[in-house]
Amino acid sequence: MWRWVRQQLGFDPPHQSDTRTIYIANRFPQNGLYTPQKFIDNRIISSKYTVWNFVPKNLFEQFRRVANFYFLIIFLVQLMIDTPTSPITSGLPLFFVITVTAIKQGYEDWLRHNSDNEVNGAPVYVVRSGGLVKTRSKNIRVGDIVRIAKDEIFPADLVLLSSDRPDGSCHVTTASLDGETNLKTHVAVPETAVLQTVANLDSLIAVIECQQPEADLYRFMGRMIITQQMEEIVVAVYTGMETKMALNYKSKSQKRSAVEKSMNTFLIIYLIILISEAIISTILKYTWQAQEKWDEPWYNQKTEHQRNSSKILRFISDFLAFLVLYNFIIPISLYVTVEMQKFLGSFFIGWDLDLYHEESDQKSQVNTSDLNEELGQVDYVFTDKTGTLTENEMYFRECSINGIKYQEINGRLVPEGPTPESSEGSLSYLSGLSHLSNLAHLTSSSSFRTSPENETELIKGHDVFFKAVSLCHTVQISNIQSDSIGDGPWQSSLESSQMEYYASSPDEKALVEAAARIGIVFMGNSEEIMEIKILGNLERYKLLHVLEFDSDRRRMSVIVQASSGEKLLFAKGAESSILPKCIGGEIEKTRIHVDEFALKGLRTLCIAYRQFTSKEYQEIDRRLFEARTALQQREEKLAEVFQFIEKDLILLGATAVEDRLQDKVRETIEALRMAGIKVWVLTGDKHETAVSVSLSCGHFHRTMNILELINQKSDSECAEQLRQLARRIKEDHVIQHGLVVDGTSLSLALREHEKLFMEVCRNCSAVLCCRMAPLQKAKVIRLIKISPEKPITLAVGDGANDVSMIQEAHVGIGIMGKEGRQAARNSDYAIARFKFLSKLLFVHGHFYYIRIATLVQYFFYKNVCFITPQFLYQFYCLFSQQTLYDSMYLTLYNICFTSLPVLIYSLLEQHVDPHVLQNKPALYRDISKNRLLSIETFLYWTLLGFSHAFIFFFGSYFLMGKDISLLGNGQMFGNWTFGTLVFTVMVITVTVKMALETHFWTWINHLVTWGSIIFYFIFSLFYSGILWPFLSSQNMYFVFIQLLSSGSAWFAIILMVVTCLFLDVVKKVFDRQLHPTSTEKAQLTETNASVKCLDSVCCFPGEAASAAVRRMLARAVGRCGPAHLSRSWSASDPFCTNDRSVLTLSTMDSSTC
Amino acid sequence: MTWSATARGAHQPDNTAFTQQRLPAWHPLLSASITLPLFFCAGLAFLGLGLGLYYSSNAIQELEYDYTGDADEGSCATCATEDQGRAPPPRCSCSWYFTLSELFPGPVYLYYELTGFYQNNRRYGVSRDDAQLSGLPSALHHPANECAPYQYSAGLPVAPCGAVANSLFNDTFTLWHRRQPDAPYVEVPLDRSAIAWWTDYHIKFRNPPLVNGSLALAFKGTAPPPNWPVPVYELSSDPNNTGFVNQDFVVWMRTAALPTFRKLYARIRQGNYSAGLPSGAYRVDIAYNYPVRAFGGHKLLVFSNISWMGGKNPFLGIAYLVVGSLCIVMGFVMLAVYIRYQDQDDDDNDDE
Repeated sequence: MWRWVRQQLGFDPPHQSDTRTIYIANRFPQNGLYTPQKFIDNRIISSKYTVWNFVPKNLFEQFRRVANFYFLIIFLVQLMIDTPTSPITSGLPLFFVITVTAIKQGYEDWLRHNSDNEVNGAPVYVVRSGGLVKTRSKNIRVGDIVRIAKDEIFPADLVLLSSDRPDGSCHVTTASLDGETNLKTHVAVPETAVLQTVANLDSLIAVIECQQPEADLYRFMGRMIITQQMEEIVVAVYTGMETKMALNYKSKSQKRSAVEKSMNTFLIIYLIILISEAIISTILKYTWQAQEKWDEPWYNQKTEHQRNSSKILRFISDFLAFLVLYNFIIPISLYVTVEMQKFLGSFFIGWDLDLYHEESDQKSQVNTSDLNEELGQVDYVFTDKTGTLTENEMYFRECSINGIKYQEINGRLVPEGPTPESSEGSLSYLSGLSHLSNLAHLTSSSSFRTSPENETELIKGHDVFFKAVSLCHTVQISNIQSDSIGDGPWQSSLESSQMEYYASSPDEKALVEAAARIGIVFMGNSEEIMEIKILGNLERYKLLHVLEFDSDRRRMSVIVQASSGEKLLFAKGAESSILPKCIGGEIEKTRIHVDEFALKGLRTLCIAYRQFTSKEYQEIDRRLFEARTALQQREEKLAEVFQFIEKDLILLGATAVEDRLQDKVRETIEALRMAGIKVWVLTGDKHETAVSVSLSCGHFHRTMNILELINQKSDSECAEQLRQLARRIKEDHVIQHGLVVDGTSLSLALREHEKLFMEVCRNCSAVLCCRMAPLQKAKVIRLIKISPEKPITLAVGDGANDVSMIQEAHVGIGIMGKEGRQAARNSDYAIARFKFLSKLLFVHGHFYYIRIATLVQYFFYKNVCFITPQFLYQFYCLFSQQTLYDSMYLTLYNICFTSLPVLIYSLLEQHVDPHVLQNKPALYRDISKNRLLSIETFLYWTLLGFSHAFIFFFGSYFLMGKDISLLGNGQMFGNWTFGTLVFTVMVITVTVKMALETHFWTWINHLVTWGSIIFYFIFSLFYSGILWPFLSSQNMYFVFIQLLSSGSAWFAIILMVVTCLFLDVVKKVFDRQLHPTSTEKAQLTETNASVKCLDSVCCFPGEAASAAVRRMLARAVGRCGPAHLSRSWSASDPFCTNDRSVLTLSTMDSSTC
Repeated sequence: MTWSATARGAHQPDNTAFTQQRLPAWHPLLSASITLPLFFCAGLAFLGLGLGLYYSSNAIQELEYDYTGDADEGSCATCATEDQGRAPPPRCSCSWYFTLSELFPGPVYLYYELTGFYQNNRRYGVSRDDAQLSGLPSALHHPANECAPYQYSAGLPVAPCGAVANSLFNDTFTLWHRRQPDAPYVEVPLDRSAIAWWTDYHIKFRNPPLVNGSLALAFKGTAPPPNWPVPVYELSSDPNNTGFVNQDFVVWMRTAALPTFRKLYARIRQGNYSAGLPSGAYRVDIAYNYPVRAFGGHKLLVFSNISWMGGKNPFLGIAYLVVGSLCIVMGFVMLAVYIRYQDQDDDDNDDE
């Protein structure tokens, strides 16, 4: 019983065998021995809460936060002991904060519920009791037979039973799983493929045995035991939260930004201030109370209970009371404001038209809003090469066949370089090919032809190469096209060139397309026959086995049977993985050629083949079958067999494919470097390719001294090399250094000589790591992350192999490219192009950082202002914990009077024009190393807060003097008026201080800034104007109105506000004048273009009032009408003319250099 | 799982001023060229205001007398020595004589000032029941717990309860004037009305509903605060100024912010004294009841006249003068810096 309870509660995982047994159509064996396994239903639940558990679960989650928990404790203390302030003062703000957060989280969860419902409610057809039944996706049970029509989405993980094609095949795209949009062919088991009608299927009695669910998308092992269509009939295997997709929902590791870390440090400092203030107050209270005349004068006697309570208890409760009194120094609404700022602020990234890629119709995505400001703090950028710096669009450029290099020019192969002994022959071969395939082409470029007459002889040796290219791949031809080709298989090659290939790897696609251009056209594969057309003659090859690509082997092979019956293996892969396996062919020459290709920045692949005797093949076939059907350790066994098969190869040649650089990569890298960011390129490509791409994309300069750490075999060697490099850097610190490291050397360097290696790296302005495995990429980043300077790292990548590095870096950026969406899905931000990085960092990152840094500092500042007078007042009231302000003011200060201006500031502030920021990347250095949140800046703000608080308090104190009357009728104020005076000065000062920080005054800023002050006055008038029936004390009755009726009070308010801000203004002006930062200089450049204050509030000069009102309304809606695009930098902009000339000039500069 | 093919450009963000972060905006810069004139203007304005405030405060006259009596001078010293440790102390009276050589311009306000008296002590400040004071009959008989130990007296609810009410200031003053050296003293009428806030006196403080037209019956079943010699309904013979709505009581109940505080006692504006106190000899008869020496406090009597900005306080004027001159000094410093570094800036710009 106990065990059952624990299982239900999820403590014990239910007993599970290694495999699950599925009875198709849930036809269980009739003999009673069977105990059915329990499977969960097909409901997808990505939401966190339900209606019932939302409140408790959300509250629990929220109070796990230290700050919220702290305020809860304070609230409870207030409830328990006699404290100076009512529990409402901390309860209400806490309630407010919790509610706002709960609303936000509830909204997000509601969205998740909606999408869940959409998925769960999708209609599906299931075979039940002999007929097709329409039901909802969530009702699918494990073992159900499901019918999927064309273009439908799979509701669960399914096993294909049959399709409407006779061969039982179907084409599936896995775009929603891994983003690959190519069609993958899946084939049903022949035994079930014949069951094409519902009636037939209904009679099927079968069992599937397979593993328990796991997350690996590409692994499913099982076997079916049978004891007896653009649509597909499939059976559900994993359902609901056990589908591979659901298992792949990763709970993302929480990344915390540097700002958040300093925020926590500041909180701790404030906690220390709070506790020491409370301790000081308690101690002073007791020294004061040592004298009886202060402790218990005749006019203020204690009750018996108070007299008799134990001293220690009294001491503790006094300490707690002071803690409660001062607790507002910890800004309660800081977290909720920061959260709102991040949540709302992150929309601007998605909204940005400059980050929108028109060709692919992709806007930027923000997957986490927690890291916005981290974009402004990046010290290191780690970028992948393929697909990130480059387009990932491959073009076949060159090849090397049997030791001779060829170049593709206008769809023909032309030999290259001095290869006298065979150039004639090969040329003739090629021109022969072109001649046959396209006469027009031939004549148009006949100048390349040398001897067309002896053409046929050498074809044999060479066509194997291209046959290999067009056979050894996993390319598909799209459904529709393949149909049309199927109808007329004897089309001319001209028409076939219009076919479209789909491949998961762009390299393969480029190669197959190139082969087709040369004249060896892959026509598609039907059933197990691959058809290729060589110069118009169709050849059929039976595809026996595909040895799939994996990143460990770095190669793939196919085994085919030619029509003549000979069985061949074609292998294709990285040169490092093919050449060592070769025993024949022009190995040395090819190696040289491959290096030459790589130097040009081309991606190379080697092609090799092997011929099997039938005896050999039988053994291979048997071993492969065994490995493939193994239920345990299938992968290890397969790898072993692959190893056995792919050996004794004969090298055919190598291919070289070009990957074009993306637009503006050079400018972006240049800008990143100007911004003081170190750029590292991490790539899996080979050394030469990587270096040449680095050169072409501006990562390496010609003037750079390139240091190399490659091909290190042993620890000691590597260390020696590193020491040498370090010495070279020291000797020569004038030139910039670039470092090239390869994967193996890197792992050696990281294993033993981390410090030395980091030393070298830090002194290099550009680092290139080639031949990197995905995990190595992540490891490099981790290493940089934990180095003593604790730099902020950013990783950019586009492919699944970049995911680990994206997740490791402080900020992970995914490029939404051709290699699927895996990177984008796992990233923090996803952008369409590498060049967007500059705007993302220099503009958005800069803004977000400035905004949130000021927000954080300001929050602490305003709470120091708030609480310090309270502390000072204790010196004048015998440390009796008398509050200076009324409870309502204590409650509303943070949530009403001072919350909006800073929130709006933190959403809209632009201290420098975005165009200036983007064109002057050096401005980025101004905020690096978390400068605005450095301990000095923090101290400045805190001291400012303290000095302002002293001014409020002592200003008011001296105004009272010997408690003279401040009213014209001689009547007196009381303590509440005094507190209200301090509070009024404070609200105004703190709001105006925010206004001083604001550099970007839109109408919204005007509204909230002046609105806050006006709201304070209106609220106070209202609040103090009425005897509130539900309040026990009427302390504030008419206090505010009396205060305002005093002329002295007005003069004092003005004086104190001006004095407070005077200090700050003087500092700001001197800073700007004496040592302006480059940001401040940049601000000057745009002053000409600024809109006048009044314009930003309401109207433009010289306009009729009606037009102004119309405009204001339009602006309130946010639509940018053509007439007032005044800040859009469009050509029709009269305001910005001066400025724009400067800006365009600088754009030109950066693009020409 | 849910993706749908959408039209090209469907994901294109809106091109609005708000989403593209280019709302029309004003860019103020705190540069020297803008702040300089601002500083000079503000400085001059403050200097002007400061001078005005200073002189208007200086024009106010104040006359104060410490009648605590612990310096062994004056007639109050004898009262002071009489067993002042306990409360309530025995009744005692003394006088303060002073002469005015010229007119003390009116209207003249009479304050009493206490020092070392912590009305702002929290235990003291909360020891009141606003509901009771607003005349709520239920609260009258059930005073709030905060009033303890002045909540119940001999089992009866205290009205008005609490430490504040219990410690009501009970010294009384009468002012006598003698125009000629041998003429008799004439009592100067003290206007004891409107010394409390109008709203306090008329709205916030209410007597409980009369029973049979009698206030005394309304307070039946309650006890006066322990220190009070008379019950609350006998505070004054004037039916409009007794019970909770007694001007002195209401004034006292507005607790002061600081341990040294003044409270308005009376205004002098009637009869011959509407223009102020004419020259001559004066005598203040003091009913010396209130014990302050126990806590080291002092009692003062203050005659003061009032301007539109209240009593005599040079602070505001001086502060304005200081801040104003600071502004101007800073302005000059800034000007110097500005001129000096202007050249450098030009050089910098040339470099760029």
